[in-house]
Amino acid sequence: MSFDLHINGAAQTVDVPSDMPLLWVLRDILGLTGTKYGCGVAQCGACTVHLDGAPVRSCLLTVAAAAGHHITTIEAIEQTEAGAKVQQAWLDEEVIQCGYCQSGQIMAVTALLQNNPHPTDADIDDAMAGNICRCGTYVRIRKAIHRAASQDA
Amino acid sequence: MRKWNRTQGEGLSPPTRRALLGGVLAGGGGFLLSAFVPGLPLIRASKAQDAVTGIVFSPNAFIRITSQGGVTLIMRHAEMGQGIYTGISMLLAEELEVGLDQVSVEAAPADPAYVDSVAGEEETGGSSSTRDSWVPLREAGAAARMMLIAAAAEQWGVPASACTARHGTVFHHASGRSTSYGALAEAAARQPVPKKITLKSPTDFTVIGTSPRRLDTKAKTNGSARFGIDVQIPGMKIGCIKACPVKGGHLTGYNRAAALAVPGVVDVLTLPDAIAVIASHMWAALKGQEAAAPAWDYGPNAHIATTDIVARMKAASEQSGVTALKTGNAEEALKRAHTRIEAVYELPFLAHAALEPINTTLHIRPDGADVWVGTQVPGRARQEVADATGLPPESIAVHNHLIGGGFGRRLDSNSIGQAARFAKQVSYPVKLIWTREEDITQDQFRPYYYDRISAGLAADGTISGWHHRTTGSAVTARWYPEGMQNGLDPDAVEGAAQTPYVMADQLVEFVRDEPDAVTTLWWRGVGPTHNVFVVESMIDELAHTSGQDPLALRKKLAAHQPRAIKVLDEVAKQSGWGRALPVGHGLGIALHYSFQTWAATVLEVAVEKSGQIRLIRVDSAVDCGPIVFPDGVVAQIQGGLIFGLTMALYNEITLKNGQVEQSNFHNYRMMRLNEAPDIRVHLVPDPDAEIGGIGEVGTVAAAPALANALFAATGKRLRRIPFAKQFSKVDASL
Repeated sequence: MSFDLHINGAAQTVDVPSDMPLLWVLRDILGLTGTKYGCGVAQCGACTVHLDGAPVRSCLLTVAAAAGHHITTIEAIEQTEAGAKVQQAWLDEEVIQCGYCQSGQIMAVTALLQNNPHPTDADIDDAMAGNICRCGTYVRIRKAIHRAASQDA
Repeated sequence: MRKWNRTQGEGLSPPTRRALLGGVLAGGGGFLLSAFVPGLPLIRASKAQDAVTGIVFSPNAFIRITSQGGVTLIMRHAEMGQGIYTGISMLLAEELEVGLDQVSVEAAPADPAYVDSVAGEEETGGSSSTRDSWVPLREAGAAARMMLIAAAAEQWGVPASACTARHGTVFHHASGRSTSYGALAEAAARQPVPKKITLKSPTDFTVIGTSPRRLDTKAKTNGSARFGIDVQIPGMKIGCIKACPVKGGHLTGYNRAAALAVPGVVDVLTLPDAIAVIASHMWAALKGQEAAAPAWDYGPNAHIATTDIVARMKAASEQSGVTALKTGNAEEALKRAHTRIEAVYELPFLAHAALEPINTTLHIRPDGADVWVGTQVPGRARQEVADATGLPPESIAVHNHLIGGGFGRRLDSNSIGQAARFAKQVSYPVKLIWTREEDITQDQFRPYYYDRISAGLAADGTISGWHHRTTGSAVTARWYPEGMQNGLDPDAVEGAAQTPYVMADQLVEFVRDEPDAVTTLWWRGVGPTHNVFVVESMIDELAHTSGQDPLALRKKLAAHQPRAIKVLDEVAKQSGWGRALPVGHGLGIALHYSFQTWAATVLEVAVEKSGQIRLIRVDSAVDCGPIVFPDGVVAQIQGGLIFGLTMALYNEITLKNGQVEQSNFHNYRMMRLNEAPDIRVHLVPDPDAEIGGIGEVGTVAAAPALANALFAATGKRLRRIPFAKQFSKVDASL
């Protein structure tokens, strides 16, 4: 089936099965490999993208459900004010180790800050508990979120 | 991980000085290098390409400088998050006299020039990368710098000793002349490799000991970093693999027509014990696998359960094993002890659960093959493909990639061999992926260990007899049989046969018992993660039983180890050891020496009335000798602790009917951000000591520090991992 997608500000038409998760459309059809496969069952958050600004797990979001909505992936998050701030904070705090989960972490944090520019630790716990980091960068993720939040444009 | 005997110089020969300093690349010919340049997509570089881009000065296997001034550092160690691309580049850059802003890095190909001399092969593991590179890679950088200076001095007709180098340029201060490394590349290539190399005094370091921006992280913030699973090759298909859920079983049938009827599916391939559905995208491959509905004969292990494995281990542990260490007479000393404790400690099978699932991309042709993969062992990866295909190893190019978490899993190359046996059945390039479920259920697991330990105390509070017998799999015997020492697996007793403490009468034994239905493998922290839990818990038991402060007892028993006392004092000060705590809270301490690094760790835990365990704070004082990259060390201790605490709280792999019962993160639980403690790392380096490893040190400390804290909080001694399920409302009320 053919679906019209709005990804990172551009229109894309893909011809794929309607139940195909957006994750595999992004990675295998469109070559946007920054969005990662970690678990396939919305347990790890590595596949997080924005659907109309809200963080969603693309491993369970079908292409049919995504069609017609604005999708943002890690490849374009620097074009958002919050995203660019988060990326910079991630570098300044040297959050990243292997980096495999970090696309999803950055997408989740960006959505958090877009809705809540000055999150408390409890807000951070709520927003980020769905994103696993196997390298254990959590201490720095929290610190970097506070850093990004303190840098208002 | 670490091959103990190789560390002691008994294993394979380390690379020769010629290999490290001589013109290895120049003699190689036809190398195809897989190159990762931070911030840029994967590129390929080759000598042919170098010829196009400019004359190359490649004085050794680790450095290439083009006449345009491009400086490329070749990384023999895999970047899997530990920051080694940055640390190694710092060693080279320090002596080469270039800035990190001037260099690009690329992954080394499979080639003996890149053998890690601690490991004895091309390998990233055993917390050995910095230890192995500390001197040789600084020498490699210095040799290149000396040749560049010699080339400039020759051009200017001045003595080399009158010239200096800084930030990629050679200067002759007396005449005010200067010239760039790029302009000198051609002439430097004609200079002889220096015979005598003098390294900088540490007081002159400008790079080592600083914390620059990591070289690999920018690309990891914007999706441009390429892991193995991200590889895209023209004409490539994508497949997912399912192997028989029971080890030793085989495929008996599948519905080929149904699989091929799924739109996008192009092939169904089989091996005796596995099936791969190949498609134009992963979703079709997954649907095809479902449609194929493979049927299996589960074979001889069809009824194995963890309880069977442990029961046999328990029985085996009642007999004497191979002696790893014997001093004095442990039996007699235990008999005369004032206080004696006998205990059994148990550690479960563990999966690695790196977030990037196992994957391999191959293109196998009649005349050679390309392999795109993230591996800790490129040489083994190449040999696996050679064995699977019959191709000569020289015709196989391994393009190593960023790894989305290693933790020991990518030290085995079995998945690469399996992928090659599938890929050789087709002519096109194919990316073969294990689902998360496959990654966990088909993992090679950290062994289950069943440890019996008896320890006594004399009336004066010193140890009177120590008998530790560990029973379990010998990973060394499978993975590196040459490493076995008359039946002893040195890894199985690492951290048991070398404790920080004075023990006059000590017996440490190993009983080998290989589990059915499971293949065992290295796991972050290897032997020490196992044995330090047992030893440090037992020391804590002795302290509490005899009414001694756990810190004070450790200081008494390790009084002969000044670096142990230093880290203990530092962590006591920083953690506020002995401070008053709220009800339900406890402080636990652990001391260990592993990978040539000393660490003392204090953990504060709280146990809620519900039985819920909350990790409050961890302080760790670390002495790894000289420090190359301080922030990298801190990050590894932080992450290593989380990795170990995750295991200690939650993780165990169990089998029922020969099948692994855990399959994804809902039942193989990972610690999450809201559960993570505050972690404070206190570096107390010893610049004159031998340099230590760091990637596994934090993990080793986690379980004993937590077990001891839980005892302090509740009075309940945890002798079996994982801990969380052993707490209920009752324990919290103690």
